[in-house]
Amino acid sequence: MKTNTSQAALTPAAASVDLGNIPAPARCLRWLGGFGWSGLIGLAILLFWIAAALFGSSMLTRTLVPDSNVQIFGAISHAHWLGTDYLGRDMFIRVIDGASYTVGVAFVATLLASGLGTMLALFAAASGRWIDSMLSRSLDTITSIPSKMFALIMVAGFGSSVSMLIATATIIYVPGAYRIARSMAININTLDYVTVARLRGEGTLYVMRREILPNIAGPMLADLGLRFVYIVLLLAGLSFLGLGVQPPAADWGSLVRENIGSLAGASAAVIAPALAIASLTIAVNLVIDNLPGRARRERGVK
Amino acid sequence: MNVAILKLLGQRLFTALLSLLAVSVVVFAITSVLPGDAAQEQLGQDATPQALTALRAQMGLDIPAPTRYVHWLSGIVRGDLGTSSTTQMPVSELVASRLPNSLLLAAVTALFSVPIALAFGIASAMWKDSWFDRIASAGSVAVVSVPEFLVATLAVLIFAVKLHWLPALSYATDIESLGQMLKAFAMPVFSLCCVIIALMMRMTRAAVIDQLEAPYIEMVSLKGASPMRTVLVHALPNAVGPIANAIALSLSYLLGGVIIIETIFNYPGIAKLMVDGVSQRDMPLVQSCAMIFCVGYLLLVTLADVCGILANPRLRHC
Repeated sequence: MKTNTSQAALTPAAASVDLGNIPAPARCLRWLGGFGWSGLIGLAILLFWIAAALFGSSMLTRTLVPDSNVQIFGAISHAHWLGTDYLGRDMFIRVIDGASYTVGVAFVATLLASGLGTMLALFAAASGRWIDSMLSRSLDTITSIPSKMFALIMVAGFGSSVSMLIATATIIYVPGAYRIARSMAININTLDYVTVARLRGEGTLYVMRREILPNIAGPMLADLGLRFVYIVLLLAGLSFLGLGVQPPAADWGSLVRENIGSLAGASAAVIAPALAIASLTIAVNLVIDNLPGRARRERGVK
Repeated sequence: MNVAILKLLGQRLFTALLSLLAVSVVVFAITSVLPGDAAQEQLGQDATPQALTALRAQMGLDIPAPTRYVHWLSGIVRGDLGTSSTTQMPVSELVASRLPNSLLLAAVTALFSVPIALAFGIASAMWKDSWFDRIASAGSVAVVSVPEFLVATLAVLIFAVKLHWLPALSYATDIESLGQMLKAFAMPVFSLCCVIIALMMRMTRAAVIDQLEAPYIEMVSLKGASPMRTVLVHALPNAVGPIANAIALSLSYLLGGVIIIETIFNYPGIAKLMVDGVSQRDMPLVQSCAMIFCVGYLLLVTLADVCGILANPRLRHC
């Protein structure tokens, strides 16, 4: 495993050529091997939460509220793996149900923000100075409002339905994705092969899609992960303030808010959802830091 | 000081003012133009047209949006923040009663976090890849990538529930002695400090390491200077700009973190005021608080830039 990683680090181009000749399952395994232990742990946690978000609520056979002896803020037990909440509901089910909101909403918002940011950046880089500076200036305006503040203003103006939350998170994180994509796209735009393509008579759309996009896609995917972490944290914060996902639905931030009263009793009802958020964001961080082919190889080579 | 620096500073201040103007347009648009007709919302779908017109006139909605914006902005500049729609009190009074609390919280947090973060950041840059650096870096990544309320929750669990040192959730209403004030402050300040220190430490470490990798540092160690001297006398003066930048940027993060922390600890600050305003959809209150936060944020970000400009020796001699 170790030799693979160092080879990939030294000659990334050669390694990718190699990969072309290997059958798909082996290629997949080798790619996974590039992650290293902490990366694999992160990947496992991330996959668990994605599975929970997708299939969690349909897989659960337990009942949300027990038929007899309802206990408020119950302790961890065989019947309630994470105790019970402020109404005596099973916390494990609540957390698994919350996964679809926390992971799902943040995922959609991340895709929208990164996609939109990249598209605008390509457009700005490929279409010349005037449009570029106008786009950059107007997106800078959003950046000069602190993200939580912007979210509060949006909620004050438009309320907090799930679609509004997605739109809010998207608007807040488009400028960041745009800035990163643009700085890369601007550099690539000055390279010879882009000039050649333009001289060949290719249009702006072609240059954006075929010449620039393939070269910035990799770094943008790593950035996508970071943006996902930011959005999860932002939405959790909003829900914690009671301004995010509205009851009866609940994401992990709202679960912490609902059960904050049990904090003095150190009940699992308030700790579990908070730790769930932490596990998700730290897992994504671990995966990004250990992405195969990322310039984080010094330790592996040593 | 020379003309080049003054010109750069002037440009920077001008840009900040322009951004502030743009921000005010965005804030006004989101809170009072885009959501639609506030009068209609207040009266419901089956309101009579007469009642609607009357309420619109009373709320000033019959005036076109640009005029309303100019009116609103000039009011803010003059210090007239309007009237809260829920309590019917002047917003400036509400803000004035809360703002000092928040500023105090921010000041105490800055007082503790800046020296600690600088010491840790510089130390972990000096001993890069040592066990100290690894633990400090891993810790700061962990703190930055979890929500603020988790940090606060864990702090309460450790210091209030397990150790019984402090009350679980502070209410700053019954402060009589200095001891009580310290107790009320301890948890919010501690939680905020954790987040700010983690951020500032990472940026400081990066700034110092950036300097330590420069060729002149190799020269310094070749001439035989001790590592301590290398860092303190040679690298640090060059890293002052980036570090000041890091301090200002991390402190600007305070403005976001304080929203969560004031809510969780029930601290009577301006962020709590704004969150309450948002949940009651009290627009004049939300607008004013948002503008105050944005002014604070732009001030800190501009300060970060100014520090960078002033500390850049290349600009001093051109």
